[in-house]
Amino acid sequence: MGTVPDDLTRAPIKARLSGAGVLHTEEMVLNVGPQHPATHGVLRVLVSVDGERIVEAEPVIGYMHRGHEKLVEQRDFRQITNLLSRMDWLSGINNEIPASMAVERMLELEVPRRAQYLRVILAELNRIANHLMFTGSFGLELGATTPVMYAFRERELIQEALELVTGGRMHFGFIRPGGLKEDIPRGFVELARRGVRQLVQKIPDYENLLMGNEIFKQRTVGVGVLDPALALDHGVSGPILRACGIPHDIRKVDPYLVYDEFDFEVPVGQQGDSFDRFWVLIQEMRTSARIVEQALDGLPAGSHIGAVPKRLTLPEGQIYCHAENPLGELGYYLVSDGGARPYRMKIRTPSFSNISVAAHMLRGAFVPDMIAILGSMFFVVGDIDR
Amino acid sequence: MLDTVHHIFANSVVLLAARLTVLLLLLPATLVVGWVELKVMAHMQHRLGPMYAGAYHGWAQTLADGLKFIQKEDIIPTATDRAVFTMVPFITMLGASLTFVVIPFSRRWVIADLDVGLFYALAASSIGVIGVLVAGWASANKYSLMGGLRAAAQLIAYELPLVLAAVAVAMQAGSLSLVSIVEAQHALPFGLWAQPVGFLIFLAAATAEVTRTPFDMPVAEAEIITGAFTEYSAMKFAFGLFAAEYIAMIGMSALAATLFLGGYKPVVPVLGFVPGIVWFVLKTGVVIFLLIWIRWTFPRLREDQLQKLAWKVLIPLSLANIFVTGALKLAHWI
Repeated sequence: MGTVPDDLTRAPIKARLSGAGVLHTEEMVLNVGPQHPATHGVLRVLVSVDGERIVEAEPVIGYMHRGHEKLVEQRDFRQITNLLSRMDWLSGINNEIPASMAVERMLELEVPRRAQYLRVILAELNRIANHLMFTGSFGLELGATTPVMYAFRERELIQEALELVTGGRMHFGFIRPGGLKEDIPRGFVELARRGVRQLVQKIPDYENLLMGNEIFKQRTVGVGVLDPALALDHGVSGPILRACGIPHDIRKVDPYLVYDEFDFEVPVGQQGDSFDRFWVLIQEMRTSARIVEQALDGLPAGSHIGAVPKRLTLPEGQIYCHAENPLGELGYYLVSDGGARPYRMKIRTPSFSNISVAAHMLRGAFVPDMIAILGSMFFVVGDIDR
Repeated sequence: MLDTVHHIFANSVVLLAARLTVLLLLLPATLVVGWVELKVMAHMQHRLGPMYAGAYHGWAQTLADGLKFIQKEDIIPTATDRAVFTMVPFITMLGASLTFVVIPFSRRWVIADLDVGLFYALAASSIGVIGVLVAGWASANKYSLMGGLRAAAQLIAYELPLVLAAVAVAMQAGSLSLVSIVEAQHALPFGLWAQPVGFLIFLAAATAEVTRTPFDMPVAEAEIITGAFTEYSAMKFAFGLFAAEYIAMIGMSALAATLFLGGYKPVVPVLGFVPGIVWFVLKTGVVIFLLIWIRWTFPRLREDQLQKLAWKVLIPLSLANIFVTGALKLAHWI
């Protein structure tokens, strides 16, 4: 902003307009959000624009802060999973798993193989449902209204499968320390298989409709390029990090559950632009579908939950447990003072770290690019603010 | 203008009534086209669309929407320029409706067969943009301002290819009167013979003119929240944005059908007994369907990319089209 120089204010308008490039312009501060269609809820971005070009952008977070870290201190170890599934509301199962794993590792509980397999199946189904949501919404933000309907058609089958098992569609509350709440009902295996098969069959439709479209390419290729070094500095993880060419996937680098028993590849992008992020998102659905198929084929018999003491008290100590959430690395740092409740739990959510890099990516972009960039950052506001 | 008045009064009362009906039917037509768009979109997207309003396939959905808009509170923010803000729906509606004055619905069913009909239609269709620009300024909203500016920038991009594509048609027909242009297509519609490229250019430019995807940047809801119309509500919103957009879309489709698809002429001479109005409505419907199809398939371009497309592709192409048309004309092939 700044003040207008004297010589400009005194000069007659005509002289100002015809003078050698001294037409006086000002930047405009545009307040995007907290209510804005492109901010997926209540993210707020303060944008200084010069015409349509963004000079400076500052994400403002915290509109959905619910104090999860404090709240879990008031819950026992069985209850915290229910609470944590509300952070990233698109992938509840994936939020619950590492929390249970932290408790299990501290207690050195044995989790039955059937429960581990089922956790993988549910987590990957949940990942697919999450990715389908972002596939659709990204198209929607670029003005393509149809892909979201296609994505939700496939998502519905996956959701039905999850609902059949857990009874919930969003907040599942199904993962317990030691295993699962219940075993799977009859018909689940067939339904899940049908869901992933239909998905794999329909993915080429999304690719043709969006990635094969010249306008989509113009809007995304080279837009919002994320430098790998910058990404690492900001702790970016998940599909966004992999789109810049870094093959970091916790399922591979630090396998948990039974991920090391499956044959799958981690899709990695090259440019780190919006197009690559979207490409990685689509390919990850294929990966997840492969894992689900393998896990369904090799699903062992047995119990769905191990021997867990009735009253859960953790020994004094601390543990960091992380997992590959659909949006990136989700980590719980759990401190126990020997009681029935966590003494402290520090939560590292993927969206929080991922959105921290947005200010760098938005600088110098056009306002429409902001939509393409934010849409391909794949964040959930509840996951940012906790 | 006096000519027009004279022309209207020189004809019988019945014809006059028939002509006025055109303008009276514009609003019902927007309801029908709106409903068609809802249904076509829904079926392209693996859904049914409206099914409840009215007994048959939600036929009354757009009517119900209109009634809902009437009941809404009409909010005018205090910071707005009240008079200008209120004027906007009139400007956009006027701009959208004026085109129909010269469009021939059949051989004799035309409100005014002006000698400069094509020129008039293209000029009138641009008035609506003034409304959008004014709305962007009067709303005292930053998003609206950006929407208005985008609309103004867009005008420079699409207006030239639109006019240049029409110029080639006028050359081929040897007239600017829309009736004469249709009559010149007695053998083959221009869209098939000599002007297919012009038709595509015209279609692209017309999409930008009526701000529909992929050229709907001025009203992009995911970016600038319906742009110039962010602050509009109730009937001002319904007329200023929806009705105006649909009337403009019908108008541009009718113009495209007239210029390139032979207007009220039968598709094959054998079917000449079918009244011209039927052909006209059918052909306009085809163009409307094309626009709907395009809208629900493509993402949105960026403003600078539209400029690039217009200045580097469409304008050179339409100039080449004029050149080719001229060459064909000289060779007496058309």
